[in-house]
Amino acid sequence: MTAKLKLFRIRGGVHPDDRKALAAEQPIEDLPMPALLHIPLQQHIGAAANPVVQRRQPVLKGELIAHAQGAVSAPIHAPTSGHIVGLGLYPANHPSGLNVRTVTLQPDGEDRWHPDVAGVDDPFALEPDVIARRVAAAGVVGMGGATFPSAVKLNLRNRHSLHTLVINGSECEPYLTCDDRLMREEPDGVLDGARIIAHALGVGRIIIGVEGNKPQAIAALQQAAASFEHIQVVRLPMRYPMGSEKHLVQTLTGKETPARGLTADIGVVVHNPATAFAVHEALRLGRPLISRVVAVTGQAITRPRNLRVPIGTKVEDLIEHCGGFSEEPAKLISGGPMMGQPLAELRVPIMKGSNGVLALTAAETNARQAAPCIRCASCVGACPCGLVPLTMAAHIRSGDLDGAVGQGLMDCIGCGSCAYVCPAHIPLVQYFNHAKGELAARGRAKQKQTETKRLAEARAARIEAQKQAKREAMARRKREAEAKKRAEAVPDVVQAD
Amino acid sequence: MNQPLSASPHAHAPVSIGRMMALVIMALLPATLFGLYQFGWPAIFLFTVTVGATVGCEALALIVAGKPVRVTLMDGSALLTGWLLALTLPPWAPWWVGVVGGALAVLLGKQVFGGIGQNLFNPAMVARVTLLISFPLEMTRWVMPQPMFSGDAPGFLEGIAITFGGQTYDAFTGASILGHVRTELGRGEHLDAALSGIFDPLSALLGTVPGSLGETSAVLLAAGGLWLIARRVIGWEIPGALVGTIALLATAMHLIDPAHYAPAPFHILAGGTMLAAFFIATDPVTSPVSRQGQLLFGAGVGLLIYVIRTWGGYPEGVAFAVLLMNAATPMIDHYLKPRIYGRDRRGKPLEYPELSPKGSER
Repeated sequence: MTAKLKLFRIRGGVHPDDRKALAAEQPIEDLPMPALLHIPLQQHIGAAANPVVQRRQPVLKGELIAHAQGAVSAPIHAPTSGHIVGLGLYPANHPSGLNVRTVTLQPDGEDRWHPDVAGVDDPFALEPDVIARRVAAAGVVGMGGATFPSAVKLNLRNRHSLHTLVINGSECEPYLTCDDRLMREEPDGVLDGARIIAHALGVGRIIIGVEGNKPQAIAALQQAAASFEHIQVVRLPMRYPMGSEKHLVQTLTGKETPARGLTADIGVVVHNPATAFAVHEALRLGRPLISRVVAVTGQAITRPRNLRVPIGTKVEDLIEHCGGFSEEPAKLISGGPMMGQPLAELRVPIMKGSNGVLALTAAETNARQAAPCIRCASCVGACPCGLVPLTMAAHIRSGDLDGAVGQGLMDCIGCGSCAYVCPAHIPLVQYFNHAKGELAARGRAKQKQTETKRLAEARAARIEAQKQAKREAMARRKREAEAKKRAEAVPDVVQAD
Repeated sequence: MNQPLSASPHAHAPVSIGRMMALVIMALLPATLFGLYQFGWPAIFLFTVTVGATVGCEALALIVAGKPVRVTLMDGSALLTGWLLALTLPPWAPWWVGVVGGALAVLLGKQVFGGIGQNLFNPAMVARVTLLISFPLEMTRWVMPQPMFSGDAPGFLEGIAITFGGQTYDAFTGASILGHVRTELGRGEHLDAALSGIFDPLSALLGTVPGSLGETSAVLLAAGGLWLIARRVIGWEIPGALVGTIALLATAMHLIDPAHYAPAPFHILAGGTMLAAFFIATDPVTSPVSRQGQLLFGAGVGLLIYVIRTWGGYPEGVAFAVLLMNAATPMIDHYLKPRIYGRDRRGKPLEYPELSPKGSER
């Protein structure tokens, strides 16, 4: 169905140069299997997965190598067949580049699937719980970058009255083209995944939102959705951060998600198209999430490409496949330029949430020394959350973090629109991240203090109780001894009488 | 590969403070050139001296403060301050008015607060008000326009004599429209008589009237200002609210008593209304940051301009009005903020009673 949907205006936002032309016309290409895969155990929000394999153990493609731990977690599977050659520490795909627990797999080149990998014929005959369990077992996480375990979101129906599933195909970050390509090349798979998710959520309506700069993706999805009454493909206005799920839902429904809440509070669940495709593969083919499409782009990349990459592939393998750097990049980023993270080094692995590898030239980053704030209010106009970034930054700069919280720091989604438009080039997001991190550390310290105090008090009480018990025991023994003495003495008295 | 850690975003819009200032100056250029043409060599000398003194004082202050001089001067903010100040001066004022004004603007108006972005008051208006109070004679001596190369226009040497030599020019003096009307009304004249022969809306629009160096041409100033709005360098809120408030008040008062209260075009076209609306009240440093705040601020400046002109002690109230509202800016910013996403105006999370969650778990 392609009926027009009335769209609602969101506040603020910016119009960055989208630079998608660099890679948008490159079809998804399979990256040749690298020599080694470094598969981190923490690729998702929540608890790290727990390895179930041992060194030198052979594994088959799709075999479980680490299982989920706790309610919010995701299992991890072997991206190909081969041998486990290491269970240890390896640099993380994180700005810190710190070592994290990682399984190293040496592919045997045969790429043989595990025999248990098998799909179901009719996912729509399954109970919602069964779908959620299968999605959980396939290790599917939010592939737009947030990496929240998808199965947890499928269970939202237990707590919320839901009516709509939104597939967030806005891909509002400049440069990134992986969702665009997937929607163009696999529209049926994306749609099938969306229908399975909608079935699991028990919602009757699906809206697929795609920004207007992806006309081919919109056309492909519209064609695929033509026979489904309850699926709408919507052309979204081009404005960053259209892909912020709360803002996307507002654009589509006119409703704002309450502060500190979820879109589910207003009856909507949002998933990424790549996630929908992963759900489709998990249910129809039984395949766990072991590879993903990554946009390798930026003007410092010789041949920008969209690559299907096994999880655990080193970033440098991707760049090498794209012909290396055409010039020394000024900035290497994992993700998009607006919210992505700097890459600490090139040997870090691609993870489930890695949607892009960008190598930007100095002209593209347009970085400058920060100047004093002239209160021009560009940031106020750009903030999609109605905050006053310049005031929050002023509070943080003077060390007044509570003041910044009072100004709404915790309602900041970190989209970077403010810093993007700042004529003084003030790193506003840096201030906000610093403050959020510091507040989190303070919170932990306070919790630790409270816990320590509680334990100390409990210990004091315990010791006191022990002392009390000892005193009572002593008193009792004394009484007994005296009583015994008296008992022994009585006959004497009697005798004396 | 070692790159310095930095927070997102990793791309940036092609903007800078220097570019903003350059656009503002470009917008001022037509009105400025017209003013210089209209008032001739003395105006050119005064303009040059004022801008030079302002930039020179900024450089001096930066050296004393141990701040980078070249980079800071390149942002163009001192240049713009001097430029705006020069446009508000009587065009044939002596050179020292410009020098003292430039020093007041940068040193007292800006650098004592800590430099760019830190000042509470608009530097050009601080200088303008201080000059007006200190040197009332020099600051209110207006001349009839003497366009360059016209018959009576002073030549280069005469211009030097007027600006730097203290040569008198009584033959050329004429009252500004605002000053004239005020005097006449004060003498008990009716508005019609006061306005006859001096206020012609067309000349006030074009700017062929006595007045400050760059304030006379309402149409050129408005054109520059509208261009800035189109380029999104300034918002429409402050100019809109300022001009709208003046128009509303003037029209209302004129309807009540046409004999004593001038109609809206008079107040909008005469004096510094246009310069203030588009270039002075919109100074980002000293005006509020939220849309609501800017509307209130603009309306406040407009109200004060009208009140001072109509009932106050001075014929022109722009500079006072701007300074008074500058003082109110921190308070406006404190109370008028945008509504935060997902919260009501009081900061409470939004509630949708019709969408109560299932069960009682939450």
